[in-house]
Amino acid sequence: MAETKIQIQDVSYAYGDQQVLRHITLDVPARAITVFFGPAGGGKTTLLRLLNRLNDLVEDGRMSGRILLDGEDIYAPGFDVPSLRRRVGMVFALPLPLPGTIRENVTYGPRLAGLRDRARLDEIVERSLRQAALWDEVKDRLDSPANALSGGQQQRLCIARSLALEPEVLLLDEPTSGLDPISTAKVEESLLILKEQYTVIIVPHSIQQAGRIADYAAFFLMGELVEHHPGKKIFTAPTDKRTEDYVTGRFG
Amino acid sequence: MRNRFVAQRVGFALLTLAALAVVIPILAVVAVIVIRGAAAINWEFLTAMPRDGMRAGGIFPAIVGTVVLTLGTAIVAIPLGVGGAIYLSEYARDTWLTRSIRLAIINLAGIPSVVYGLFGLGLFVLLLGFGTSIVAGSLTLSIMTLPIIISTAEEALRAVPTEFRTVSASLGGTRWQAIRHIVLPQALPGIITGIILGLLRAAGETAPILFTVAAFYLPRLPQSPLDQTMALPYHLYVVSTQVPGMPPKIQFGTALVLLGLVLSLNVVATTIRSYFRRRRQW
Repeated sequence: MAETKIQIQDVSYAYGDQQVLRHITLDVPARAITVFFGPAGGGKTTLLRLLNRLNDLVEDGRMSGRILLDGEDIYAPGFDVPSLRRRVGMVFALPLPLPGTIRENVTYGPRLAGLRDRARLDEIVERSLRQAALWDEVKDRLDSPANALSGGQQQRLCIARSLALEPEVLLLDEPTSGLDPISTAKVEESLLILKEQYTVIIVPHSIQQAGRIADYAAFFLMGELVEHHPGKKIFTAPTDKRTEDYVTGRFG
Repeated sequence: MRNRFVAQRVGFALLTLAALAVVIPILAVVAVIVIRGAAAINWEFLTAMPRDGMRAGGIFPAIVGTVVLTLGTAIVAIPLGVGGAIYLSEYARDTWLTRSIRLAIINLAGIPSVVYGLFGLGLFVLLLGFGTSIVAGSLTLSIMTLPIIISTAEEALRAVPTEFRTVSASLGGTRWQAIRHIVLPQALPGIITGIILGLLRAAGETAPILFTVAAFYLPRLPQSPLDQTMALPYHLYVVSTQVPGMPPKIQFGTALVLLGLVLSLNVVATTIRSYFRRRRQW
């Protein structure tokens, strides 16, 4: 039985007067790819952002329930939020390079954490860019501006940037939605290698993508967790009719 | 069909005339001052003390006074202004208090400068006992300049995309780290432009310094911050109206120096702004 990395216990979340998540309970296994899929408005992105407390930046949100990382409640008062975000990294749907060079982008996280040693930073740059399948394409121009890269390269840069901190968990929100099929394939390939070391939670941008890489899948609809199972069986033999209708394309 | 084209050309012609109507008076002002004042400009005029009841010699003490007052204003208004802008843009939540603060800043920007002068007289010169001095004058000018600096700095900070802050947070950065490493550097060109424009207004104003620091004539340069000083705007007023028998070229020469100072600061500000706008990475 795989060990559990994150436990989501009866989590509900409202924003303004909208109820975005209702009573979500789910265990996320360690060192595997967990997929949160479902139609838009299901609450998947919100749930991701709750896992690294990025929703703290939103003023009007109210959460109930608990989220445990390695057994610790991350919403406990006094919990060190910046260090949480170094352990639980996030890649967003749009490529968002920071102003500066490729090197500056990748080393941003470690530098903020206090790392100054040039040699170690250079090592981190190479390791992270290799893990993101970007090293060969940029190794000769690490000091050129990051926004001169193509969309697919920028997105892989953002993955490298998160990996530079060696997080325990990597959250990816539709990371390949703006990318061409070749870049998408490269990203999926990297994830399959990364899952051996990291816990990965991904909101895929298509069911097909979910089917290609999921070790564990959860279907969300209108803020509810409809069902969740290990393996890929949810895509071929779901137990709930709503899941079946979505997977077969009757709505979406 | 033909009517539409004619109407369009007439329209464009009227708009061009309107634009010229704005530009021509400005060019005329500059031209008159340059033509009638250029004769006075020489090394002595810029570096020597006035002689013969200020009808001859130079305007050096007025130039020094204006520079000193502008520096004094900068020392107070820049930290307060930029700090206030960072607070309003990055930390303040939208409450009735912050909305009142913003309203106050907008109103402060509209207060006539002579009212600031009177305020400075009452508070700094009399109540706090600084007397008519560089300190009182700089503090008064700072308060007048603060709204300009705070508004332009806040606008520059807000123009930096929110996404950068989110990305920084997702990499374990605190709010201050995001400001220090990303937001502030990206907003700096806009902030600097705002500072320069604010300072050049402070350099050119007469009313605030009239009651708080300006001297009609001083035989030597100021020795301490509690001294009075001469200053270009007030000196221009003095040589234009207060001294009989003043040669016109002195008057226009003084105006030309003040104009030159203000215009060159303006050019510097505009150049900084367009240089960084071209290099912007978002």
